[in-house]
Amino acid sequence: MSHSPLIASLSRHKLTVCLLVMQVALTCAIVCNVASIIGHRLAQMQLPSGVVENELALIESISVDETANHLAKHDADMAALRAIPGVTLVAAVDALPFNGNNWSNGISLVPNGPSPATATAFNGTQDEARVLGMRLVAGRWFLPEEYIPLDAAHDWAGINHVPSTIITRALAAKLFPGQDPLGKVIYPGDGPVRIVGVVDQLLRPSLGESEASGYATLFPMLPDTADITYVMRTAPQDRERVLKQAQQVLARLDSNRVLRHPQTFTQLRDDYFRRDRTMITLLLSAALGLLLVTAAGIAGLASFWVQQRRRSIGIRRAVGATRRDILRYFQTENGVIVGAGVVLGVVLAYALNMLLMQHYALQRLPWLYVPVGAVSLCLLGQLAVLGPAIRASGVPPVVATRG
Amino acid sequence: MIGYYATTAVSSLRRSKALAALMVLVIGLGIGASMTMITIFHVLSGDPLPGRSGQIYAPVIDIRPLARDHSEPTEPDGNFSWPDAMNLLHARRADRQAAMAGGAVPVRPMQSGELPFYETGRYVTADFFSMFNVPFAAGRAWRSDDDENHARIVVLNRDLARKLFGNGSAIGHSVRLKNTDFRVIGVLDDWHPQPQFYAQVDGRGFGKTDQFFLPLQTAQDLGLDFNGRLSCWDSGGEARTSNHCVWLQFLVQLDSSAKAQAYRQFLGSYWRDQQTHGRMPRPVQAELYGLMDWLARQHAIPDDLRLQLSLSLGFLAVCMLNVVGLLLATFLRRGGEISVRRALGARRWDIFLQLGVESCVIGLAGGLLGLGIACLGLWSVRQRPDGYAQLAQMDAGMLLGTFVLALVASVIAGLLPAWRACRIPPALQLKTQ
Repeated sequence: MSHSPLIASLSRHKLTVCLLVMQVALTCAIVCNVASIIGHRLAQMQLPSGVVENELALIESISVDETANHLAKHDADMAALRAIPGVTLVAAVDALPFNGNNWSNGISLVPNGPSPATATAFNGTQDEARVLGMRLVAGRWFLPEEYIPLDAAHDWAGINHVPSTIITRALAAKLFPGQDPLGKVIYPGDGPVRIVGVVDQLLRPSLGESEASGYATLFPMLPDTADITYVMRTAPQDRERVLKQAQQVLARLDSNRVLRHPQTFTQLRDDYFRRDRTMITLLLSAALGLLLVTAAGIAGLASFWVQQRRRSIGIRRAVGATRRDILRYFQTENGVIVGAGVVLGVVLAYALNMLLMQHYALQRLPWLYVPVGAVSLCLLGQLAVLGPAIRASGVPPVVATRG
Repeated sequence: MIGYYATTAVSSLRRSKALAALMVLVIGLGIGASMTMITIFHVLSGDPLPGRSGQIYAPVIDIRPLARDHSEPTEPDGNFSWPDAMNLLHARRADRQAAMAGGAVPVRPMQSGELPFYETGRYVTADFFSMFNVPFAAGRAWRSDDDENHARIVVLNRDLARKLFGNGSAIGHSVRLKNTDFRVIGVLDDWHPQPQFYAQVDGRGFGKTDQFFLPLQTAQDLGLDFNGRLSCWDSGGEARTSNHCVWLQFLVQLDSSAKAQAYRQFLGSYWRDQQTHGRMPRPVQAELYGLMDWLARQHAIPDDLRLQLSLSLGFLAVCMLNVVGLLLATFLRRGGEISVRRALGARRWDIFLQLGVESCVIGLAGGLLGLGIACLGLWSVRQRPDGYAQLAQMDAGMLLGTFVLALVASVIAGLLPAWRACRIPPALQLKTQ
């Protein structure tokens, strides 16, 4: 019962102790949830896109000429782009990870049946897979004779006639769990489409909240819209130069167009996550601010109590307590208070998480964050009390004899 | 007496400088963070259409087939198909009504040698301008017969007019949009309501602008590019004219609540009528939302900002708990002083008042610091890439609000400690001294 005076002393400051416990609990709950939000966003930002990000240069071209044969124009443009020194491969595509151009279709397994998943359609010229550097894990790439026009003029009717598709591993696992997806038939439009290959990974043009961000279908369809994105593969150090030259080459070839967003894939990714980066900075500073305020509160109150108890400390020292005993007394006291706060905080953290899940479509708090948060708060409490506790241990026994 | 208490408060705070500074700092941080977010919210939830928003309503009908899977949102997104929008437009059952859709077209300057550029604008019907009190700098809006005649006319916003025609008058001149010449009949006086309430409302409706407005039927006729979300439940036919694809916005003006009630009933009867033609299989539940209600329902304010607001309020709560604890400690340490005053005849109320004034002094100082932090916070928000960033400005109301919040918070924070301190019995404390 060596600590019973500790409990007795705490019970004399019920109100203050309660306040401190509540503060620690609230801090613990908020910090755990903030950390989990930060963790989730960081995880999203680090998702591999499935393409060779540092070798790609992109430029969007929108033809203003209505009467043009867009397929022929794209071919001419690509031939000119291929001639730029340093460009190894060129493709014309409609969608890319992070570019926001999301054409999604419900994927059914029987005609007009329910759709277990919605997946983005990626369409491009024959070199698309090689330009993007996607990794095939099963099956084959498209054959030249499989390619048909997208037929954008008739509501992208190509999707009803396309013979084959390559899907991502994530989509395959969703549609055909535990089975070999090769040779299976899906219905993204009216007609049946056979799966001929599976790629390791390809992120959608805009990411949702869940595993669905990897649901993608590649089709052998040639984009025939006025609005097209050219992807050039080149060495990382050549990207900026290639982009400049590409703009000149395309403008020279046909000035009757608008050129937009000349950028590297790296820039595209950075832009896509800019808001998340702001949010992470903000959340981090909020969490740090909270911890700082709580630590300051603990230290402030502790040094107060030390001043208040100078005489009692002196008496304890005079009757034989070592400096170490005094130090340990204050550390234990802090441990009890912060510990109680953390226990309450863990409960609060889960309650807060439920509330947040209801209002903001946030994910469940991963359990690991809670013990880590709890332990760090306890350590922070010990750190905050160290200064005042050392000062307390320095109180000389002679204080006991003064008035 | 209050003045005297204020002087004693300042002198007693001087005695424990470090602690007083800590309290001021903590209040300042809490107030600063929360006022930054409250100000942003105050600005963003402002009325984009002052004086008129109360009469503007968003009708919602659900044309989707019966739910096939659970991942579907329970509520429709509020967009209309072409036939439905045209039916409601021609029914003319509201005081004013307009259908609209976003567009993006290449603008081709008349001078040779200039490259075409992209501009975003809106395809709208005639009532759009009168319904939203759109301010004209020159020229006029078009009439509904222009809609029906697919007239090739356009209203420009000021920036585009200046870009194309310099400082001269644009009225009567021609603009080539995509492949068609349009005659300019009006120029708007820099009209950029925030958020863009008449567009598809989502969390990114701030900071967007429209530079041209042309008749919806004309745009449909010419197949001008549509810019926005288009959802289909079925295939076949051309998406933009089919009755299974929604992409248009439709808003109405109703001058009284009786008319709103009548319009809601009209929507219900329209729905039932469509059901007799084999459309709209879901149970009839036509909705009519007031504009401000509609913006809130559609989360016009981004969710990230809501989260930031909740976080800042949580931060304020922790700061306040901290200050309550520190105040309690300071007040209780002065137990001796308080008992002497009580023994000399001070009533509990006097002690309470004195300590209350002391918390107010801390609160005021914290409020001042908080104001500085809030200004800094708003400045940092203005550096963000988001569309709402430029709106984040402090106004007089918010300035006052900061001080009121700081004072109220510190008075509340001081209440409990002051109450506890004024219950110190005089005799007992004196005895222990």
